[in-house]
Amino acid sequence: MIWYIARRIVYLIPTLLIVSMIAFLVIQLPPGDFLASLISKAEETIDQAQVDALRERYGLDEPIYVQYWKWISGIVTRGDFGDSFEWNRPVSDLIWERLGLTMVISLFTLAFVWIVSIPIGIYSAVKKYTIGDYVVTVIGFIGLAIPNFLLALVLMYIAFRYFGQSVGGLFSPDYIDAPWSLDRVLDLLSHLWLPVIILGTAGTAALIRVMRANLLDELSKLYVDAARARGLSELKLLFKYPVRVALNPLVSALAWVFPALVSGSAITSIVLNLQTTGPLLYRSLQAQDMYLAGSLILLVSVLTIIGTLVSDILLAWLDPRIQLQ
Amino acid sequence: MTGQPIQSPDDAQFEPSAAERRVVVANQWQLIWWKFRKHRLAMLAGLVTLFLYAVALLAEFFAPYSSGTYSAAHTHMPPPQIHLFQHADAGPRFYPHVKGFKVQVDPDSYKRTYVVDETVAYPIGLFVRGEEYELWGLFTLDLHLIGAAEYGDPVYLLGTDRLGRDVLSRTIYGTRVSMSVGLVGVGLSLLLGVILGGISGYYGGLIDNLIQRAIEILRSLPTIPLWMGLSAAIPLTWPPVRVYFAITVLLSLIGWTALAREVRGRFLSLKTEDFVIAARLDGVRELQIILRHMAPSMTSHIIASVTLAIPGMILAETALSFLGIGLRPPVVSWGVLLQEAQNVRSIATAPWLLFPGIAVVTAVLAMNFLGDGLRDAADPYQA
Repeated sequence: MIWYIARRIVYLIPTLLIVSMIAFLVIQLPPGDFLASLISKAEETIDQAQVDALRERYGLDEPIYVQYWKWISGIVTRGDFGDSFEWNRPVSDLIWERLGLTMVISLFTLAFVWIVSIPIGIYSAVKKYTIGDYVVTVIGFIGLAIPNFLLALVLMYIAFRYFGQSVGGLFSPDYIDAPWSLDRVLDLLSHLWLPVIILGTAGTAALIRVMRANLLDELSKLYVDAARARGLSELKLLFKYPVRVALNPLVSALAWVFPALVSGSAITSIVLNLQTTGPLLYRSLQAQDMYLAGSLILLVSVLTIIGTLVSDILLAWLDPRIQLQ
Repeated sequence: MTGQPIQSPDDAQFEPSAAERRVVVANQWQLIWWKFRKHRLAMLAGLVTLFLYAVALLAEFFAPYSSGTYSAAHTHMPPPQIHLFQHADAGPRFYPHVKGFKVQVDPDSYKRTYVVDETVAYPIGLFVRGEEYELWGLFTLDLHLIGAAEYGDPVYLLGTDRLGRDVLSRTIYGTRVSMSVGLVGVGLSLLLGVILGGISGYYGGLIDNLIQRAIEILRSLPTIPLWMGLSAAIPLTWPPVRVYFAITVLLSLIGWTALAREVRGRFLSLKTEDFVIAARLDGVRELQIILRHMAPSMTSHIIASVTLAIPGMILAETALSFLGIGLRPPVVSWGVLLQEAQNVRSIATAPWLLFPGIAVVTAVLAMNFLGDGLRDAADPYQA
C-alpha cells in the first residue's frame, strides 16, 4: 500500500509541472506584458522606479524560462502568486477563501451525488425494465443533457416567478463580508442546497448509469444464484456482496466526477453569483488580470489533481487488486 | 455434371431458411444497420439528428427571417398564441393566425407591456413568401417554411429579443454554428485521438506509457477554467471565422483523450487477433496492416464514440459563448443567444429567450441516444 501511494505521488510531479506550465502559458498569452496593462489601467502615473522594480521582480526582460522559474519558485517557496493589478493586492490575499468555498461546494455536491445515485442505481438495477427503471433512465439522460448553467437559470427563474425570491449567492447580504462565525456557517449551509443540486444533477445522472450497469453485471454472476439457492434473503443477498463489488468502479469514477464538478462549478457560480473561484477567474480574464487568472487556474487544477489522487488511493484501499496493476 | 453434392433427404432440415441465409451473407454494415434498426429510441434520435443537420444546412429556408432582421417597434415581444380556427358567423373556419399585440405603457414607470389585441389577426402559413435570401450563395429564393402569410406582418412565433429580432429565426441560424462546432471539433479530436491512440495501442511500451500519462493529466484537469483561460486569450480583433476555428481547436485539444482511449483499447484487442498476426507473418507493411486490416474492424466503434463525443463539444461551446468568451456576435450560436438570458432579470422579463436552451438539450439528448444505439450495434457479431 505504501509503495502504491509512493508511486502515485511520484507520478504527481510531472503532472503538477505540466499544469503549472499551462497556467503560466495562460498568463503569457494575452498580447503585451503585465506591466503594459498595469500602466494603461493605472489612474495616476506610476513612477519609473516602481516600474523598474516590478520589471525586476517578474523578470520581464529576461527569457521566458527565467520568468517561469521566478513565478513558480515564488509560489512554491514563498506562497507568492504575484499581484493582481485590478485589485491592487497580492493574489494570495484574494484566493484562499474562494478556493475554500469552491472546495466546500464540490465536496457537498460529491456527497449529494453519492447519496442520491447509489440507492437509485441499486433500485434501477434490481427493478430492471420496470416503469420505475425507465423513468429513472429518462430523467438521467435529461439530467446529462441540460447544461448546468441552463438548469441554474431555469431554477432561478422558477424561484423568482413562483416563490418571489432571488436565490443567488452563498450568503445573505448581512454575512457577505462578516468574519467567520457559527451564524455565518449556518447561513452558508442554508444557501448551499441550490448550487449543490444544480451541480450534482449531471454527476448523479452519470453515476446512476454506472451503478446500474455494474450491479447488473454482478447480479448475473453465479455466486448470486448460489446464494439465492441456499435461501439467503433477497436484501442480504443484494447488500452482502454485489452492491459492495459494484461500488468499486463508482469510487474510481470519482477521478472524473471531481474534475467535472470543479469545472462545472465555474460557470454555475458565475450565473448564481457564488463567491467561489469561478466568478473571480471570469472577471480576471475579462480584465486581463493575468497573474490572478493564472494562479486560479493553477490552484483549481492542483485541487482536482489532489482529488484524483485521493480517489485513486481510496480505490486501492477498497480493492487491493488495483495495487498490483 | 453440375458439381452439386448429392443431398440425402435428412440434410434438408439443416438448410438455413431464407431469412437466415440473408444474415449469413450480409456484410458487416448491413448487420449493423439491422441491429441498429431494432433500437427504437436510437432510430428516433437519429431522425432528430438528421433533422437538426438539415435545419443547419437550410437555415435560410426554415427561418422566417434572417438572423439580423430587427424591428425596433417590437422589442421583447412575447410569443403569440397560435390559433388554427377563426370563429365566424357560419361556425369555425380553418384560418391559422396569431393575434396582434398592443403596447401599453405604464404611466408611472414607463414600462412597456404587450397586451393581446383581439381585433387584429395576422394569418400565418407554411411555405410562404418572405425576405429574399441566397441559399449557399447559389440560388436567390424567398420561400420560407413557416411565417406570416403576408410579407411584412409582425409575426414572431417565439417572441423577439431586446433588439426586436425573431428568436425562432435566430435559434434556427444558431443550429448551423452550434451543430457544426461539434462536428469540426470532433473531427480534429478524432485526428489526434486516432493518431496518438493508435501509436499508443499498436506500439505499446514506453511510448504507450507516455501517452497514457499525458491523457491522465489532461483528464484530471478542470476543463472549463482551462478553456476559459485559453479562449480569453483570443484577440478581440480577430474575424468571427478565425475565432470559430480557434475555439474548435481549443475544444479538441482537450477533448481528444476519450477518443484516444477508445482507439487504443481497440488496437490492443485487435493486435492479437489471428488475421493481424497472419498479415504480419505474410510480411505486410505496418501501415498497410493498420489501414487495410485493422481500421475496418474499428470504424463502427469509432463512429459510435465520435457521436458520443459531439454533445460534449456542443455543451462546451454553448457554455463558453454564454459567458461571452467563446463565439461572439454577430456570429449566431445557441450559446451566443443564451447570453441574452444571462441573469434572472432578463429571464423574468422575457422567459422565451431561454428557447435556444431547449434546442441545446434536444440536440444533446438526440446525439446521446443515437451514440448509445450505435455503440450497441457497433459489434454485430456479438450476441
